[in-house]
Amino acid sequence: MPQVKFFVNGKQRTVSADPNTPLLWVLRESLGLTGTKYGCGQGLCGACTVHVNGEATRSCVTTLDLAEGKRVVTIEGLASNVQNPLLRAWIAEEVSQCGYCQPGQILSAAALLARKPNPSDSEIDEAMAANLCRCGTYPRIRRAIHRTTQEGGRR
Amino acid sequence: MNTTSSIITRREFVKVVSIAGGGLVLGFYLPSKEEALLPEMVPTTSLAPNAWLRVDRNGIVTVTVARSEMGQGVQTSLPMIVAEELEADWSSVRIEPAVVDPKYGDMTTGGSRSIRSNWLPLRKAGATAREMLVAAAADTWKVDRATCRAENGAVLHPTTNRKLSFGQLAEKAALLPVPSDPPLKKPDQFRIVGRSVPRLDSVEKVKGNAIFGIDMTLPDMLVAVIARCPTLGGKVKSFDASKALAVTGVRQVLQVESGIAVVAESTWAAMRGREMLSVAWDEGPNNTLSSADIEKIFEEKSKQEGLAVRKEGDTAAAFTSAAKRLSAIYTVPFLAHATMEPMNCLVHVRETEAEVWAPTQSPQWSQRAVAGVAGLPLEKVKIHTTLLGGGFGRRLMWDYTAEAAEVSKRIGRPVKVVWNREDDMQHDYYRPASYHRMEGALDSEGRLTSWAHHVVAPSISAQLFPNQPRQGPPDAVDGAAQLPYAVPNILIDYVMANTPVPIAWWRSVYNSQNPFANECFIDEVAVAAAKDPYEFRLQLLPPASRLRAVLELAATKAGWGKALPSGKGRGIACHACFGSFIAQVAEVSIKKEGSVKVDRIICAVDCGQVVNPDTVKAQIEGGVIFGLTAALKGEITIKQGRVQQSNFDDYELLRFDETPTVEVHIRTSAEEPTGIGEPGVPPVAPAVCNAIFAATGKRIRRLPILDRS
Ligand code: FES
Ligand code: FES
Repeated sequence: MPQVKFFVNGKQRTVSADPNTPLLWVLRESLGLTGTKYGCGQGLCGACTVHVNGEATRSCVTTLDLAEGKRVVTIEGLASNVQNPLLRAWIAEEVSQCGYCQPGQILSAAALLARKPNPSDSEIDEAMAANLCRCGTYPRIRRAIHRTTQEGGRR
Repeated sequence: MNTTSSIITRREFVKVVSIAGGGLVLGFYLPSKEEALLPEMVPTTSLAPNAWLRVDRNGIVTVTVARSEMGQGVQTSLPMIVAEELEADWSSVRIEPAVVDPKYGDMTTGGSRSIRSNWLPLRKAGATAREMLVAAAADTWKVDRATCRAENGAVLHPTTNRKLSFGQLAEKAALLPVPSDPPLKKPDQFRIVGRSVPRLDSVEKVKGNAIFGIDMTLPDMLVAVIARCPTLGGKVKSFDASKALAVTGVRQVLQVESGIAVVAESTWAAMRGREMLSVAWDEGPNNTLSSADIEKIFEEKSKQEGLAVRKEGDTAAAFTSAAKRLSAIYTVPFLAHATMEPMNCLVHVRETEAEVWAPTQSPQWSQRAVAGVAGLPLEKVKIHTTLLGGGFGRRLMWDYTAEAAEVSKRIGRPVKVVWNREDDMQHDYYRPASYHRMEGALDSEGRLTSWAHHVVAPSISAQLFPNQPRQGPPDAVDGAAQLPYAVPNILIDYVMANTPVPIAWWRSVYNSQNPFANECFIDEVAVAAAKDPYEFRLQLLPPASRLRAVLELAATKAGWGKALPSGKGRGIACHACFGSFIAQVAEVSIKKEGSVKVDRIICAVDCGQVVNPDTVKAQIEGGVIFGLTAALKGEITIKQGRVQQSNFDDYELLRFDETPTVEVHIRTSAEEPTGIGEPGVPPVAPAVCNAIFAATGKRIRRLPILDRS
């Protein structure tokens, strides 16, 4: 098996696996990072969203070889900072219902805020439109994003 | 199942369960106050506690209740009820999932019953523990117990300013007699119930360490995916596994009841292996079936006279003498549940016992199914309910647990069977399609004199349990038979029209379709009577009715009657179900190209005493969005016996940018709590369709609204 080296949540990892394996399954099963979820396997739902070099990326349609040498951040990495304002906003707004889609939602929102610290509603729409939530938490996701930017503004 | 068990009178009780050094442990029984979904859902053989409350020496209060957490917040709301009566310090309250044992009562999570059936028993359990802790303190201090009181995790003796924590008192309390009728608090004394307490599962869910079924692993575990016949009711004819077995990581390929299982070291290897399988299918008898055939079946059946489930006055005579007659056909399609976490289950079947980790709403049905497949007695099957990545009724079914047990038994290893999205979409138990013929009559004053609703639909109970005749009215008229309006002549009747499409419960069940027909048609009738649809409904609802009160609240909050710019419309609908009352006003905009945008949904709900207001709001918001997906987009179609949709590109869910503002107004009530998981769904489709009519003059009588063709 060929080896692929990349960084996951700041640590260098070496994985021996078929380079065509979707990053999703490598994260979940080779590295035990189950916060990244499988929802559709086709890039249609956003449950598997991670950051690759800071960009929100669908890990179910990103093969392992594409991660070679890159920096991957999963929800576990984002959450290692307990003070992360996005997570605090998510908790304050009680966004999660079943919670299954939320890691992907949070990573999509984090990538947006990294690009645009003060997004307009239509920019939020655009960034979040491809993350599905069957429980219907969208209104609270919007509120949590607004809350993050407002708190960020006050600091 | 021991049938003599049913003669035991099922009453709630509380008793001390001794666990050495465990502090105060009370076991209690939570009866199912509501009718079980089906008769066989009450499999209890003896009276044993099915819930526990433990106060340990550190004052930590642990509540063990077997209700599945699928996003509805039960694992916060149920302990809140206990903590209220116990006078616990909320920050020391924990919840522990129960492991299923056949001697416990109904543990099913469905029918929006978790709060309403557990409200009183949980309060009594908390009050019992509180009384015992107070008694233990009074005894320690040798004072009259009436001079002591419990507060925030401790017992106080205010006159001497003494205080003992629950932790200090727990062991002593455990030795005291159990009071039979502990006093319950009055609603105005509540300090936890009625407050928006943060959910206990929020933190783990946003940090990504919440464990769902699909995240479970065991040492030695393998993963399987199953190739299933794409045709409804088809089977495997033959298969060739050689290429699949050549995929790195694939261990074994075997034929099971539901298809061909590819067992591998990882999910991806199993999925890859399945792609390399070649299977010849025996497509079975349904391989020409199409959605058009099913519509024809419904139309044919609609000509039959139905079973009258509600008959008042004489509709036929009223129609004959009417000044105006209306009739309309409403239809709805099959729908998939599409939980974000697809079906999956981890099972380890050993020689003499089996252990199951399942995201399930019905641990007991799964237990029975696994026991059957594994050939084990019920009590040798242990079920651990994991978190559920959505349920909506899909996870009341036990197909995916039984299937995993079969694979594990055959390979002699723990195995997790994972469904991919396509499996999940194409092998669901769908929300039934249905056909509704509505007839209304008006007299010369524009009064509604007659109402007939002829329901043609498959029956979930008849299709799932063909050998168990249903008690009571047919399931498929739920939400039709309870027409809330005062009409002198009413006929609600039903023709069963079963099809080969597998069906089961879907959030709000038949209340997802019957009220659509009711609430759209009453709008048609109001317009025919030249009345305002809201005023028209009000006149038909008794003055003291709770439904009327929420209708008024929703209309007021929405500014009913205020003019809207052209291209916009407002529609209203209301419905009573799962014990609750709900009304919604929808506001829509019609774009130039004719596309519809839902701008706002204003909801008013009365669900009795509210335990956690924020959770109630979240459930209604979620219900509205779930209902909007169905109203606007949801449709499962059949062609050549196959479900045509397979993933989120052809079975679309409502998206973030399409979501309207959802406002939820709760009507204060001191009545007992009632269901909240499902009532948000039913009024959405009719409110939106009525709004579209108001904006365009076009009636929508067939869902989904956005017809792709
Ligand atoms: S699982 Fe990757 S987008 Fe759905
Ligand atoms: S919270 Fe359940 S799918 Fe989003």
